[in-house]
Amino acid sequence: MSAGTLYDKVWELHRVADLPGGATQLFIGLHLIHEVTSPQAFAALDDLGLSVRHPERTVATVDHIVPTTSQVRPFADPLAEAMLATLEGNCARHGITLHGLGSGRQGIVHVIAPELGLTQPGMTVACGDSHTSTHGAFGAIAFGIGTSQVRDVLASQSLAMGKLKVRRIRVEGALQPGVYAKDLVLHVIRTLGVKAGVGYAYEFAGPAIEALSMEERMTLCNMAIEGGARCGYVNPDAVTFAYLKGRPHAPAGEAWERAVAWWRSLASGPEASFDHEVVFEAATIAPTITWGITPGQAIGVDETVPTLEQTESDERPIAEEAYRYMDLRPGAPIEGLPVDVCFIGSCTNGRLSDLRAAADVARGRHVAAGIKAFVVPGSEQVAAEAEAEGLDAVFRAAGFEWREPGCSMCLAMNPDRLEGRQISASSSNRNFKGRQGSATGRTLLMSPAMVAAAAVSGHVADVRRLVAAPTRPEPASTRA
Amino acid sequence: MSTTPFPAGPIQRCEGRAVVVPGDDIDTDRIIPARYLKCVSFDGLAEGVFADDRSERAGDHPFDRPENQGAAILVVNRNFGCGSSREHAPQALMRWGLRAVIGESFAEIFFGNCLALGIPCLSADHDAVLALQAAIAAHPGAVLQLELEPPRVTLKAGGDVQEWSLSLPAGPRRMLVSGEWNGTAQLVAHDGELRATASRLPYLSGFAAA
Ligand code: SF4
Repeated sequence: MSAGTLYDKVWELHRVADLPGGATQLFIGLHLIHEVTSPQAFAALDDLGLSVRHPERTVATVDHIVPTTSQVRPFADPLAEAMLATLEGNCARHGITLHGLGSGRQGIVHVIAPELGLTQPGMTVACGDSHTSTHGAFGAIAFGIGTSQVRDVLASQSLAMGKLKVRRIRVEGALQPGVYAKDLVLHVIRTLGVKAGVGYAYEFAGPAIEALSMEERMTLCNMAIEGGARCGYVNPDAVTFAYLKGRPHAPAGEAWERAVAWWRSLASGPEASFDHEVVFEAATIAPTITWGITPGQAIGVDETVPTLEQTESDERPIAEEAYRYMDLRPGAPIEGLPVDVCFIGSCTNGRLSDLRAAADVARGRHVAAGIKAFVVPGSEQVAAEAEAEGLDAVFRAAGFEWREPGCSMCLAMNPDRLEGRQISASSSNRNFKGRQGSATGRTLLMSPAMVAAAAVSGHVADVRRLVAAPTRPEPASTRA
Repeated sequence: MSTTPFPAGPIQRCEGRAVVVPGDDIDTDRIIPARYLKCVSFDGLAEGVFADDRSERAGDHPFDRPENQGAAILVVNRNFGCGSSREHAPQALMRWGLRAVIGESFAEIFFGNCLALGIPCLSADHDAVLALQAAIAAHPGAVLQLELEPPRVTLKAGGDVQEWSLSLPAGPRRMLVSGEWNGTAQLVAHDGELRATASRLPYLSGFAAA
C-alpha cells in the first residue's frame, strides 16, 4: 500500500534477502553507536568469533553517561568511566571512528550525525536508541534497535525487519509565533495517541512541514517514537540540501549534484499511496505542554487538565494514575503551575535554534527565585556556535547554568537528576514516571522557549505573552 | 561455572547434570537482581545469578551445592522467568553453564530470550516435573539426556533408566534443530547478497553516475 512513498523506495533499495521466518534482511547504511547499548553487542560479537563488517559505516560517540559539569577523566563515577573506556577500547579494536570528549565533534548521537553530514536522504540509519527516528528529518529511514540487533548490524551491516505501513500526517497552514515543532509534535501525539504509530512509519508533509527548518524537522521526527511510530520522516527538499551542503561528510564537488538529483528522486511522488492519512491545521496549535505521565497527556498552555469525563474510557485508568502521580486536579489550569527545575537540552531540543529561541526569552530577564535552571548544548559544535554568538552569556546573565554537552537530565544515567517530588519544565521527550532520576520526580514536557518562560516566571507560563514576536528559525541553513 | 562453549549451530540434544530450583513464579529480578545490569558486558553476569536468593540461603541454594556445580540443565516449576524482560536473565543462566531448561511453564519473553541464545525451554505437566525433580534428588549427580526430536528427557543412574516426554512448540523446535535460532549467522551467511545490495547504493559509491 505504500507504493511510491520514500519509505517504499528506500526499503526496496536496501532489501538484501527474504528470510525464512518471513522477515526481510535490510542493509543498514549508517550505524550509530554509543556507550550504553553497544558493550554487550561487542561482547556478543566476540563470543560468535565475528568482526565488524563495515567499520567505516559505523560511528560512535559518548552521550548518556557523561557528566555535564566537569568532563575531566577519569569520571567521578567509576561505572561511567568503565563504560566510556569500554567504548574506546571497542572502537580502537574494530577501527571505528569515535567522536570523543574534547574532539569538537562529541555530543548526543542524534545531534552529531546530522551536523557532521553523516545522516543523508535515502539512507537506512540504525542505532541502539529509540530516538534514532530523529534522522528521518533528512528523508532517511531511521529507527532504534535493541542490543542484540546492534550485534547483528555490527556483524552483517543488516537487520531482520518487518516492513511498516505508512501514515501521512499532513499539516496545513503555518505555525503561529511562539509555537514550535515541539508543540506541533506534542499536539499530534496528543491527538492520535501514544500507541497509534505502532506498526507505522510517519511521513510528515504539507506546507507547515515544508516551512520547518532542518532542526525543527529533527525535533518533529525525534518524537515520532513517542507516538508509537518507530520511524518518522520528511521528504528531502531544498531546505535539506541547503543544510547538508558543506558539512564534513556531505558529498562535494561533482558528486554533490548527482547526490541532489538522487535525493530528489526519492521523495514520495504525487502518485504515492498511503496506508492511512490524517490532516492537521497548524494555525490552531497553541504552545503545548504535557501534564501527565505519557507524552500523549498534553494540552495547550491555555487549557485545563482534562477531567475523566473529557477522557476516552480506555485512557481513564492512566489519567487517574497521572492525577495521583503528578498531584494535579482534573480541570485545573496548567498555566501558573509552579516548577522547581528547568532543563533545556536533549536530542529533541538541544540544537542551536532551540538555544536561540530560549535565549530570546531569557534575555534581559532573570530566573525566578528558588528555581534551578540549566542549559545543556546537544553537542560540542552546538556549544561552540552558541558561545560564538554570546548565547552562553545571555543565559548566565539570566541566572541559568551553562553546561557541557550530553544527554544530561533527559534520563537518569549521569549526575543530573531530579530529587524527590521535584517538578521539572523540560525540553526533553519523555515524562514517564521516574524518567528524570527520582522515583517520584515529575516532568512537564514543552518547547525550549516555554522552558525559559517557566524559568523566568517560576511557573508554567505562556511564552506568547513574554515575547511579542518570538524568532522562528530560518527554514534555510542558519549555519555560519 | 561451566567452561563449555556457548550454544552454536543446530541444537538437537543436550547432556549433563541437572540443578533443580523449585517454586512457581520465579521472576527475572530474582534470576539476576537489577544492580547487575550496570555492566559493560554480560561476562560477569554468572556471579549475579540468583545473587539475593543465594546470600539469603547462605550456601544452601541449589546453585551453591557442590553436587550441582557444572550442571547443564535447569529444572523449574511454573511461570519461570516472569517479570522484567531483561536479556540479562538468560545470559546469566547461560554463563553459569546452563544449556537447557525444563519446567511446567515459562514466561513468554523469557522463553524468547532463551531461544535467541540457543537455550531450549521444554515443558512437561505438573506431575511429570515433580517426578523428574524427585528422581534427580534420589540420584544426586546423575546425568540427564535431553532430546529435542521428539522432545524427551532420560535419566540413567546405575541400572535405573527413567524417561519423560516433554513438549516444545514446533516453530522454536525447528529453529533450534536446524540452527536457525542464530539470527546473526543467518544474516552473515548472505555475503553475496549483502555485497550486491551495497553495490547498488549510490551513497556507497560516491554517487557515481549510473
Ligand atoms: S537526549 Fe535523551 S532521548 Fe536523546 S539520546 Fe540522550 S537519553 Fe536518549
